[in-house]
Amino acid sequence: MMPRAKLVQQKRDAAAAWLDAHALPEGGVWATKARKAAEARLREMGMPSKRDEYWRYSDPRRLTDAAAQSASVIDTGDAQPLFDQVDRVKLVFVDGAFDAAASDAPELAGVEICQLGDAARSDLHWAQDVYGVLEARGQTPVARPLASLNTAFATAGLLIRVTGQVQRPLALIYRRSSETADALMHHVIRLDAGAELTLLEDGPVAARYNQVTEIDLGDGARLHHIRAQGRDHERVGATHLFARLGAKAQLKSFTLSANGALTRNEAVIWLDGSEGTAHIAGACVGDGAFHHDDTVFVNHAAPRCESRQVYKKVLRHGAVGVFQGKILVDQIAQLTDGYQISQSLLLDEDAQFLAKPELEIYADDVKCSHGSTSGEIDANQFFYLRARGVPKAQARMLLVLAFLAEALDEIEDDTLAADLRDHLEAWLSRRA
Amino acid sequence: MVALDETQLRDGVDRETVETVQSMAGTYKHGWETEIEMDFAPKGLNEDIVRLISKKNNEPEWLLEWRLDAYRRWLTMESPDWAMLNIPEIDYQEQYYYAKPKSMEEKPKSLDEVDPKLLETYAKLGIPLKEQMVLAGVEGADEPRKVAVDAVFDSVSLGTTFKKELAAAGVIFCSISEAVQDHPELVKKYLGSVVPQNDNYFAALNSAVFSDGSFVYIPAGVKCPMELSTYFRINAENTGQFERTLIVAEKGSHVSYLEGCTAPKRDTNQLHAAVVEIVVLEDAEVKYSTVQNWFPGDENGKGGIYNFVTKRADCREARAKVMWTQVETGSAITWKYPSCILRGDESQGEFYSIAIANNWQQADTGTKMVHLGKNTRSRIVSKGISAGHAQNTYRGLVSMHPKATSSRNYTQCDSLLIGDKCGAHTVPYIEVRNASSRVEHEATTSKVDDDQLFYCRQRGMDEEEAVALVVNGFCKEVLQELPMEFAMEAQALVAISLEGSVG
Repeated sequence: MMPRAKLVQQKRDAAAAWLDAHALPEGGVWATKARKAAEARLREMGMPSKRDEYWRYSDPRRLTDAAAQSASVIDTGDAQPLFDQVDRVKLVFVDGAFDAAASDAPELAGVEICQLGDAARSDLHWAQDVYGVLEARGQTPVARPLASLNTAFATAGLLIRVTGQVQRPLALIYRRSSETADALMHHVIRLDAGAELTLLEDGPVAARYNQVTEIDLGDGARLHHIRAQGRDHERVGATHLFARLGAKAQLKSFTLSANGALTRNEAVIWLDGSEGTAHIAGACVGDGAFHHDDTVFVNHAAPRCESRQVYKKVLRHGAVGVFQGKILVDQIAQLTDGYQISQSLLLDEDAQFLAKPELEIYADDVKCSHGSTSGEIDANQFFYLRARGVPKAQARMLLVLAFLAEALDEIEDDTLAADLRDHLEAWLSRRA
Repeated sequence: MVALDETQLRDGVDRETVETVQSMAGTYKHGWETEIEMDFAPKGLNEDIVRLISKKNNEPEWLLEWRLDAYRRWLTMESPDWAMLNIPEIDYQEQYYYAKPKSMEEKPKSLDEVDPKLLETYAKLGIPLKEQMVLAGVEGADEPRKVAVDAVFDSVSLGTTFKKELAAAGVIFCSISEAVQDHPELVKKYLGSVVPQNDNYFAALNSAVFSDGSFVYIPAGVKCPMELSTYFRINAENTGQFERTLIVAEKGSHVSYLEGCTAPKRDTNQLHAAVVEIVVLEDAEVKYSTVQNWFPGDENGKGGIYNFVTKRADCREARAKVMWTQVETGSAITWKYPSCILRGDESQGEFYSIAIANNWQQADTGTKMVHLGKNTRSRIVSKGISAGHAQNTYRGLVSMHPKATSSRNYTQCDSLLIGDKCGAHTVPYIEVRNASSRVEHEATTSKVDDDQLFYCRQRGMDEEEAVALVVNGFCKEVLQELPMEFAMEAQALVAISLEGSVG
């Protein structure tokens, strides 16, 4: 067998083995249909492999091994949890399972929230138009088998439908208690035309987790999404965010990652209606055995849309940062404004930054650019601070924070941004 | 030209630009054919053909084994599918792998004995195969500039000019088949040392069936007294050209090498799979320039050359320097990534490229800069222009290995689309494995740098003037890297008014 056919076979065999060992969850008509379709997709695509071009810089094995490796639970040591001073509705998950006792009542004007587990037992649900549908669409141009696996087997997660302009943020809080929990989490978030929501996520879902979030934004809807992925060192996780934007819809998503043995954050965004806006940003700080991968795909499928990707990584002691970003501009998407920047600051010789920023453009009247840089702390800037009496460690810290600021600046809400910045500074100073 | 007429023109792309592009496509100047009796090897590819080619070139046993080894490896390999190219399935058994003009059966002792028809062919292409001065366009220079030419016609080299004068300087410039006879120790030492037989599918194919190409050896401390050039012509139908070029620049030497290629217009596609290997030793400098003008196919995408080329330079020792300059205007399909292995400390690689794809052409081209030594430097400037239904992709790799400390790369890729049915793509790979290296990559489709515009505007130029100056300046920056002989041809080929497309 020639090498390519052999690889496909190996991947399919791996998927078949996984599927043989797991039974699809029981459910009502709509959920069963979606799960079976996802199972078929997974069987066809096979499990991801390090030899896939798409996994060139990250090894998916720890995400696909039969059992999760144990990951110790750490105490963040924060005086105050993240977003604590924000008036929000808290929904708490422990090791990927909903904890009703620790959560606020899921009542928020303009929002309908239900558990995936409950909704899946019914035969009809609004989520059927989104659940697994956006994920399936996200399988081209590249296969994302972990997302199909999630759609097929997830039983935890929230189905959130927003009909109005919601004032209080909705906060999903993930806590860990087990060192070996292996969680699948699948959220569906739908904003009707003109609706608005701020969604906060905080913490690592489990020792190993696979999270899919499908977001459907109606015309003029606005979603502000801020996510922090905790500080645990050993956990591994893969997240997929699939978002479809209608005309004039807005998505602003920011992710802060600190540590984690392996994190693969994928974002797939379709600008389906004209004048949509998608801003996605990420800041990550990695120290030691840390592998962080941002893989982003933005498809301009309508005219006059704007997209922005800003990714910043600070890496040291062998940490590896990966950025794979692609902007695809369809022929119809004239007057597109696409921007992408990925930058890394390598604090010592062991750190690595691997990037593949792509543009694929089929429309002629566009403004698209990408930039990528990598290097160490600027000696001149460092000297400037030292010359003014700033101690070494503090000077480095200032420059690191200044470097990350460009990504944090993407957060619209100043209070939330300041809160994240304070936490980040505290974390960094403890490890300095 | 149907393709562009249908295309809706946008503001800022002026009619002249489109017409220039059209005229280039409409009038492929080198599409004629030389009628001449040819001697073909039987159609198809198998071990016997490999043996036959080896025998025709009177090769030693080791080279035959080397070819057979490559052929066996090729059989286990697959055609690469990662490029953004739609390559129709190629029937490798429907090709001729060896075609030689009958008149070349007895190897002519000098160019004077070569069939006049063949000499005419080159004269018509503007490549004088006489030991005379200048190429078109550079008259008036204070001193006539000499250019030595190796003319490769289908599978064989017709001859090489200025051999004696070069030999006096110690420079060896001949066809690779001659080098195998006359300098076997050099060929054996360096052949396949930069591009191994199993490097990739097309390199393996080339290693098995390469028929001719040029060999250049510049001894230590020698600055080659003239430019060297090879002119490739595909003439015979259904015949692939598989040339192999090997350049060795010893310590402290210096050479500038030019390469040009054309082919007749035909309805069927023809295969061209070349390998170029360059070995650069301490303090040596090689400049390699290409004007690739293979037949690109007609306006409906019929015919044209499939150009699958592996080009790589190995800067083996300290302060070695390589510069690739390419103007890619021809070929139905281009798959080409001239690369630099920067192994020696402080070695340097540069890549300047203009790639133009029109009608149904597809180009996937770029470079690889592999930094292995300390303080190595590389610079990539790529300008891609797409028109008609063409797809133009820049694909590049910049890799900083852990030991390549304090190295530097700067990459700039600009794309210009003319019309709304074409595509322009950028696929850079950036791998940084040490902190003290600095890598910067920029790619854009916004046509002119705002800072530069601002600078011009600040000094009182109106906007159009400023745009014209900046774009012109940028384009010249790439063109001026070409040796003068080629700059003329290249400028004519790139006679696209970039100023007008930016407005």
